[in-house]
Amino acid sequence: MKIRTIGRHARESIKSIGRNGWMTFASVSAVTVTLILVGVFFVIMMNLNRVAETVEEDVEIRVHIDVAATKENQDSLKAQLEAIPEVKSVTFSSKEQELDALVKSMGEEGKAFKLFEQDNPLNDVFIVKTKKPNDTMKVAKKVESFTYVAKVKYGQGKVEKLFKFINASRNVGIVLILGLFFTAVFLISNTIKITIIARRKEIKIMRLVGATNGFIRWPFFLEGLLLGVLGSILPIVLISIAYYRAYDYLKPKLTGTFIEVLPFSPFVYQLSGLLLLMGALIGIWGSMMSVRKFLKV
Amino acid sequence: MIEMQGVFKKYPNGVSAINGIDVKINPGEFVYVVGPSGAGKSTFIKMMYREEVPTSGTITINGVNIAKLKMSKVPIFRRNIGVVFQDFKLLPNLTVYENVAFALEVIEAQPKFIKKRVMEVLDLVGLKHKIKMFPSELSGGEQQRVSIARSIVNSPRVVIADEPTGNLDPETSWEIMKLFEEINARGTTVVMATHNKEIVNTLKHRVIAIEDGRIVRDEHRGEYGYEN
Repeated sequence: MKIRTIGRHARESIKSIGRNGWMTFASVSAVTVTLILVGVFFVIMMNLNRVAETVEEDVEIRVHIDVAATKENQDSLKAQLEAIPEVKSVTFSSKEQELDALVKSMGEEGKAFKLFEQDNPLNDVFIVKTKKPNDTMKVAKKVESFTYVAKVKYGQGKVEKLFKFINASRNVGIVLILGLFFTAVFLISNTIKITIIARRKEIKIMRLVGATNGFIRWPFFLEGLLLGVLGSILPIVLISIAYYRAYDYLKPKLTGTFIEVLPFSPFVYQLSGLLLLMGALIGIWGSMMSVRKFLKV
Repeated sequence: MIEMQGVFKKYPNGVSAINGIDVKINPGEFVYVVGPSGAGKSTFIKMMYREEVPTSGTITINGVNIAKLKMSKVPIFRRNIGVVFQDFKLLPNLTVYENVAFALEVIEAQPKFIKKRVMEVLDLVGLKHKIKMFPSELSGGEQQRVSIARSIVNSPRVVIADEPTGNLDPETSWEIMKLFEEINARGTTVVMATHNKEIVNTLKHRVIAIEDGRIVRDEHRGEYGYEN
């Protein structure tokens, strides 16, 4: 194919988009509507996922060290803990630090505990974080059997429930996103298909005048691409603006809580890229699938 | 130029449209194909531009046996013949100029040449002043002229026409026939299926009559021979 023929195809596809006014409008709005849906849903899912991650990251295992343990015993226990493959970090917290933290967390009433400074009943503690939050239970169980371990605490019972809930909601989210994605694909490609079926006579005529399949296909390929890209512009703009506003509004209200909203950059740029790519691919796919049917004249 | 040997055509629904045709059409000839409706005339014409493939037999056009032509080679073959249809078959979203230019764009001709050649043929069919109009803005006769312009823009050696005047009023039909005469006078072979008795009997040429899928008559300077 010659370069000027590529230029011809590009001109032809743009012309066709203009001359098939209403059909173009139908296809582009189908893309727009579904991509807005997909985009909004994606924003919600990604942020919920972020919240879940923050919650999970707060989960830690507190390994209470036996009071009888010497410095050497503590060091070897630390080495033992670090040797567990799932473990990300082990931090030492002395019983004095533990008491301080306790006093602080109790506020005014915590002052009563100050008396214990002379005779601290608490243990030294190793704070263990796992690489994957889901491994917390497994690691905790293993640690319980180590020597010089007095107690292992990680919010038993509550953490299991929390993880169960987070995992379930993640799965539901994935199913919903997939469902929405397929709906989008079918809705958009069907609309584009209808616009091309309306032109099957044209395709037949082109064949009769001596156009090869490749020659016929190219303008449709480019047209599908353009329809998809045009259709994704509005969703990208709308979601970007809405996210920017929502982020500004929510950010101050959520400081201090464990909920965290994904920052505008790079999240919105990634989302925009994703929507653009989806629009383009679905546009191309829809138009190629429908043209293929009419090329056998 | 065009040669059919032992051609049979049976459609998948069991209808035998062509039952053994042998015919030879020489370069520069003007041939009418006549016959009652349903006699196989249309199939005969359609096989010449490879819209239909014969069940058996050979059809040689410009030295190529199109009965055995691969699907991917069909467009290349069609570039060497011009086809004119009863229903014009113009691309509705393209202007008059673009419709004619399309046949040259598919062979990736030089843009300069396309421009010159398209204007040349549009001048020949008398539509130079309407190049920016869309087919829907033209009369039937004008649309058929565009279709003829498109069929000859490639300078084919054969033009095949399937009832080109079937949808036109008598006066317009004569103007269209004038164009075909002109094309033929320049040395192009013309094969035309028609129902128009007056035209066949006035502009005398070779007449091939088809009935029940067979050639029942083949005369030079023949008559239409049917009452309608």
